[in-house]
Amino acid sequence: MQYLVSVIDDRTGSATPVETAAITTFNERVRADGNWVFAGGLAAPETATVIDNRGAAPVFTDGPFVETKEFIAGFWIVEAPDLDAALATAADGSRACNRRVEVRPFL
Amino acid sequence: MTGPDQPGAAEAVTRAHRAEWAWVVAALARRFGDLDVAEEAAAEAFATAVERWPADGVPPNPGAWLTTTAHRKAIDRIRRESRRDEKHREARMLHDDEPAAPTGAIDDDRLRLIFTCCHPALGPETRIALTLRMVGGLTVAEIARAFLVRETAMAQRITRAKTKIKAARIPYRVPSAADLPERVSGVLAALYLIFNEGYLATGPETPPVRQELTAEAIRLARLVRSLLSADGEVAGLLALMLLTEARRTARVSASGELIALGEQDRGAWDTELIEEGHRLLVERLATGQPPGRYQLLAAINAVHTAARDVRDTGWTQIVALYDRLAHLDPSPIVALNRAVAVAELDGPDVALAAVDRLEEPLAGYHAFHATRADLLRRLGWSTDARAAYDRAIALAGNTAETAYLTRRRDQLG
Repeated sequence: MQYLVSVIDDRTGSATPVETAAITTFNERVRADGNWVFAGGLAAPETATVIDNRGAAPVFTDGPFVETKEFIAGFWIVEAPDLDAALATAADGSRACNRRVEVRPFL
Repeated sequence: MTGPDQPGAAEAVTRAHRAEWAWVVAALARRFGDLDVAEEAAAEAFATAVERWPADGVPPNPGAWLTTTAHRKAIDRIRRESRRDEKHREARMLHDDEPAAPTGAIDDDRLRLIFTCCHPALGPETRIALTLRMVGGLTVAEIARAFLVRETAMAQRITRAKTKIKAARIPYRVPSAADLPERVSGVLAALYLIFNEGYLATGPETPPVRQELTAEAIRLARLVRSLLSADGEVAGLLALMLLTEARRTARVSASGELIALGEQDRGAWDTELIEEGHRLLVERLATGQPPGRYQLLAAINAVHTAARDVRDTGWTQIVALYDRLAHLDPSPIVALNRAVAVAELDGPDVALAAVDRLEEPLAGYHAFHATRADLLRRLGWSTDARAAYDRAIALAGNTAETAYLTRRRDQLG
């Protein structure tokens, strides 16, 4: 079972060197445990473009589809047998990146 | 077909519902890994018992009959619902047919069920609702009534919780030893909230005491205690509930007004519950382990219930217990309750000074204003007392408490 662990932040690319090192250590452990699927940081919401091609022609809109103070600054996708295991991994991830994180299961 | 109508059949169903509901749901939850299936099938099995037992007679082993019937209902339901997806059906039918892997000394399907319902990934109110439904066997309508929400809203809340349990794969198991203390505290908090909602029921249309809720909370606490007998806080919470429940009938007057602890007819207290509560605490003391929050609260109630006359109350001991409690839980509410005891020991002026320091965090809490009002009244400051009673009355949600505060205010000179 896979879970998305989103990093909640109001800035992007803002990790300090200490946080970056902690994230690297955490990533290595998740890989070693065999729970690694994918991870990445995301550029700021201002870099987003919303596309609507449900009509005759695609419409491109500058900016994110929802304006919020906080947003997803990065994420992990991890393997876990159940929510308890996912929450344990996410808790370590939150500690490592020094941010709040949100856990959601994939369908 | 008419069989010999058994007059005891209806009672047997009621009794079985109390005794076996959690067993049946928990066994099905383990077998099918799905709380929805477990709950629906258990409800169908009890409905079948209502139909059949009066005609066929009460089976010699009602629990086994209900579990078997519920299993059949669950399999029927899964067959009906999964015709489109043969593989899915096969997977669910085969799910965990083996006996559960032992989790150590504490391995009980009901305990797994309780921990699933009180999982920290569910909101506190949802935990209470789900525990009452899945473990307590209360109907959605009963739970909605208890918490003053519409039945559809409560049904939605329970459905959402079950969906989350399934979709996020909240495990159906007793937490590991490392996680157990923290997770038990969530279970105890849910049970204590159920108890308190019964003991000090809120709402203008609500009776002041909901005995069905206090009784249910005690029943569930007894169940958890039988499953986690080594946990001091479980014993402490049960003792706390018993010692509080023991005073229930003396607490509200015939006219529906709250009677303060000092004015209660102590002869009306339930001595059996008091003895049981005291016994639990003595057992805990014998272990030599430091008491937690519930044990300390129970100990405070033990001091109150040990005094046959309010003048014999060991206030020094109570203040000392509050000091220990404040050390564990430095919350303003603990400080407020401590001040009430201080008033008896050192006088209302000393207590008032302590209470006034709590104004900022507790300005919206009726008990803060009620306590202040009482202290001001005892000091003879009628005008200030009246204002404090007015604030307390505006904030109180319990009808008996409102009646008590109103009389007190109106008696002021």
